[in-house]
Amino acid sequence: MTVEELIGKGIFQVVVEGDDLSREITGIFCCDLLSVAMGRAPSMSAWVTVMGNVNTIAVATLADVACVILAENAQPDDMCRARAQQQGVTLLATEEPVFEAALKVHQLIHG
Amino acid sequence: MADVIALTYEISPDDFTRAGEASSDVKSKLKQVGVSPAAIRKVAIAMYEGEINMVIHAKGGKITVEISPEEIRMILADRGPGIPNVEQAMQAGWSTAPDEVRSLGFGAGMGLPNMKKYTDNMSIETELGVGTTITMVVKL
Ligand SMILES: Nc1ncnc2c1ncn2[C@@H]1O[C@H](COP(=O)(O)OP(=O)(O)O)[C@@H](O)[C@H]1O
Ligand SMILES: [Mg+2]
Repeated sequence: MTVEELIGKGIFQVVVEGDDLSREITGIFCCDLLSVAMGRAPSMSAWVTVMGNVNTIAVATLADVACVILAENAQPDDMCRARAQQQGVTLLATEEPVFEAALKVHQLIHG
Repeated sequence: MADVIALTYEISPDDFTRAGEASSDVKSKLKQVGVSPAAIRKVAIAMYEGEINMVIHAKGGKITVEISPEEIRMILADRGPGIPNVEQAMQAGWSTAPDEVRSLGFGAGMGLPNMKKYTDNMSIETELGVGTTITMVVKL
């Protein structure tokens, strides 16, 4: 499933549309500790976190994940939003808890 | 030596909003010169962790990145407090990061272990009250 297709499902709120919506999402990674996400999130994954600050975008860019999903209604601060725009990172949001958000993506990937 | 590109970055202290800019810049420069995505990922992860450490623990500093056809060498030099016990600092989970840093998602004590894991060579020179210089090499 591509990032564009995920957005098209309409289950997540679109905070920022990234530069490359044709990117394939092949997995999901859940963690709020940035160093852990940094070292372990596979590129091409959807990264689910409640951490909505500017450093989340830095990690997303460096780890090269396909998109970021902010769960638990975590609100990205202005700088986070601006950095996502500037770096072309797709930033989605949901009121669902981390597990449910990840499960939805999993079900979409694996049918 | 003509084919070595050297980049330098000043890292400002306590500015989390800018942390990651140097690593991002290196990442895009490496992409431009055609370094493999796998090597870029290693450099990006190791350098970001080092950059964050300079912001959190060391009042900023200077990063030099040397790119040659054989390797990428990152030299991170700060004039912070130094590391009293390097062996302990290298342990996964060990952290002296304050709570406000933790609330931003840092301070998991995974930085130095990540830097070691993602580079082919890492050395730490540190002196209490003087500063720390970390050199990391990713082979190409
Ligand atoms: N440049 C540095 N100057 C002084 N102390 C440092 C530096 N880098 C790391 N440290 C010390 O080593 C510890 C472990 O670092 P690290 O593994 O990156 O974990 P974290 O940054 O999450 O605390 C830090 O908590 C700090 O005490
Ligand atoms: Mg650290």
